[in-house]
Amino acid sequence: MLAYVIRRIFILIPTLLGMSLIVFLMLHFTPGDPAELLMGERATDEALAQIREHLGLNEPIHVQYGMFLKRLAKGDLGETIWTRQKVWTEVKQRFPATIELALVALFISCFFGIVFGIISATKQYSIFDYISMVGALAGVSMPIFWLGLVFMLIFSINLGWLPISGRLGIEYDIETITNFYIVDALLTRNWPALKDALWHIIMPAVTLSTIPMAIVARMTRSAMLEVLRQDYIKTAKAKGLSQFMVIFKHALRNALIPVVTTIGLQFGVLLGGAILTETIFAWPGVGKWMYDAVMQRDYMVIQGGTLFIAAIFIVINLCVDVLYAVINPRISVQ
Amino acid sequence: MKKLFVLLAVMMLVVTGHALADTPKAGGTLVFGRGGDSVGLDPAYETDGNSFMICDNIFEALVFYADESTSLEPGLAKSWDISPDGKTYTFHLRKGVKFHDGTPFNADAVVFSIGRMMKERNVKFLDKGLKIPAQERPPEYWVSMEMDDTIGAIEAVDEYTVVFKLKRVEAPFLANMGMDFADIISPTAFLKNPKEFLRAPVGTGPFKFVKWVKDDRIILEKNKTYWDKTGGPYVDKLIFRSIPENSVRFLELKTGNIHICQFPNPADIALAKKDPNLKLTVQPGMNVGYLSFNHTKEPWKSNLHLRRAIAHALNRKAIVDNIYQGMGQVAKNPIPPTMWGYNKSIPGFKYSVDMAKAELKKAGFPEGKGLPEITLWSMPVARPYNPEGLKVGVAMISDLAKIGIKARIVSYDWGTYLKRQREQPADMDLFQLGWTGDNGDPDNFLAVLFDGLASSSIRTQWKNEEYHKLMLEGKQTVDQKKRTMIYEKALQVIFDDVGAIPIAHSTVIWPAVNKVTNFKLHPTGSVRMKNVWLK
Repeated sequence: MLAYVIRRIFILIPTLLGMSLIVFLMLHFTPGDPAELLMGERATDEALAQIREHLGLNEPIHVQYGMFLKRLAKGDLGETIWTRQKVWTEVKQRFPATIELALVALFISCFFGIVFGIISATKQYSIFDYISMVGALAGVSMPIFWLGLVFMLIFSINLGWLPISGRLGIEYDIETITNFYIVDALLTRNWPALKDALWHIIMPAVTLSTIPMAIVARMTRSAMLEVLRQDYIKTAKAKGLSQFMVIFKHALRNALIPVVTTIGLQFGVLLGGAILTETIFAWPGVGKWMYDAVMQRDYMVIQGGTLFIAAIFIVINLCVDVLYAVINPRISVQ
Repeated sequence: MKKLFVLLAVMMLVVTGHALADTPKAGGTLVFGRGGDSVGLDPAYETDGNSFMICDNIFEALVFYADESTSLEPGLAKSWDISPDGKTYTFHLRKGVKFHDGTPFNADAVVFSIGRMMKERNVKFLDKGLKIPAQERPPEYWVSMEMDDTIGAIEAVDEYTVVFKLKRVEAPFLANMGMDFADIISPTAFLKNPKEFLRAPVGTGPFKFVKWVKDDRIILEKNKTYWDKTGGPYVDKLIFRSIPENSVRFLELKTGNIHICQFPNPADIALAKKDPNLKLTVQPGMNVGYLSFNHTKEPWKSNLHLRRAIAHALNRKAIVDNIYQGMGQVAKNPIPPTMWGYNKSIPGFKYSVDMAKAELKKAGFPEGKGLPEITLWSMPVARPYNPEGLKVGVAMISDLAKIGIKARIVSYDWGTYLKRQREQPADMDLFQLGWTGDNGDPDNFLAVLFDGLASSSIRTQWKNEEYHKLMLEGKQTVDQKKRTMIYEKALQVIFDDVGAIPIAHSTVIWPAVNKVTNFKLHPTGSVRMKNVWLK
């Protein structure tokens, strides 16, 4: 098992290198010029020449990529073009916000997705089944942007229960240790800020969770339906086991394998969906940051950011593979 | 008699109440909602409005712009003398001013702040030990304003006197010294960590920098030892929140979570007008959106009648009414009417299909015959001077079709648009662009945008000898009355020769909650909170 994990981690390196090369080439073949965007309407030939020279944009592409790799080898993702700061520092400031949001959204989507999926499967063709599956269809089809605004109108404007946007109210201040506000508030025992941070995360997390929740619910339902038809379930029932034991001990565990794969993949979807959610809810995370970087052609941010996100994604998939073995001992890792 | 007393008492109450309402109140936290975060906070190196907005409150320059116009007032320099040849400026600095870190403001600070932007540091400090570190990158504004061609040397003569020696007579020099890039910074703070200064700025302004949570908020607090005791700062704390989505930002305003909302959607302005808790702050923008021609190729280069036909064919009022949604005015001159030098006698291009058709005939293309399909480059992004370039383009195409000219829209992503436009490619016939003024000087519009003979960087590449001479004369004349006449004449030349077609000047409208008092939008777009207070 350990050897397998180590081998997988080694595969990470060529995967990331390949990805960085693709991103690099895509960026440089896409029209647009960061120097031009920095200067806007007031660009003069001299100013542009000076900035391009400074940013190393005049070098041939292979030299630029070589410089990028050289820095990367030293563990340096470079300096952003716009904010003139180390890419790593910017990532550190924003990534916790995105991960925090994605994790809460993942928790919501897994919990409700699995519960709805199980109930739908055990009560197939019941009213509950129809309602939850129509709900799941709606969840997959609803645009995050629109849903976010609707939630705001209902829960913030009309009912006044939840704050509209942001990560923390202006009257609170959290001493940042990990930059995960919930964790930091716990560590510093700042209870009012903890409550406010939780209050702020609910609406964006629920908005972000709708699509994965729907997918998990549908996946759980179909996997459960298949398992419930198996002979060993009949045997279990014949033995006189309670419904609860049959479902949770015998059926669910076997049905979970495809569900876990889906959840692993959904984490990537969450990171992607975060761009829209972060924009509407003014959530200071990595999604909006990357989007802006693409619009401004901040090559350094795009390269560094995608590399980091890809690494996270690969590690999560690795965790999913390891989880298989834990859930189902019959699968041994070769 | 009793009634009279009651009446008098009530009147007294009203009067005193009113007076109280007008007396500035100190304290409170003001939250400003804006569309994006700042890029950095070192005024010499920034280029975007969201960065300058914070710098406006932390830093100050030698020269100030007046509260609601770009006329110049003493700032950190209490006065200045200009030598008769117009090439030496002596600034007499204000005494007793301190930076937020306690460093005294003096001549060396001025030499340091401006001198660090020079390519060749021709500077003289009083403190011989003071040295400016090498530039991290070219200071973009300084370079684009060609300041290295203007300033020859900067010298500290004594503790409170600085002399700027210019390489050439440059009339807009003083106005330039009021711009953000010319803000004075604390040399001590900069030298402590030059790379981090843009994230820990120290100036002399009415507010001090406290904290920056990236993409979320920037917090400033009142500078209690501010040198100017005649007005604010009044609010204790200023928070600039980034809320990217316009409609969400407006919702935050309606619920009172933010106090001022930058750039709302036009539809929300109508809602704000109806809301008794909100008020609107209006400012005609110091900008112009224009349409110009590819003057480097025929038929545009030498066919005046064709240019005029296009000018008369465009229904600019309809564009302002429908696409600017009334938040603007049709432009007659390519500088805004609030600026000195504006030529009131110019009637602007009249919208008339008949006149346009007649001009088109004179141009040698009756009913558009003989003129191949032309391209109309339309901007892909919203800019302060043009909210929706593509829609404006579509409207113009249908206007041109009415006189028989076939045109199609061409657009690219913004960076490519700017880059290709500068190259004046053969596949570009007409193009949209615009400008937001920096310093209130007509030179900053007229020379920068239209004097194609001055440089190949000028975006219109319109080449007119008479105009070029007037621009040079304008730069080299210090007397403002004479300059006004020069620019009025230049505006007539550009109108007669149809160098470009000014479309509109947009109006900036920002809603705020009622308790925000004395908030004024500045023509330069700067956001100054010094005299703002909360009821």
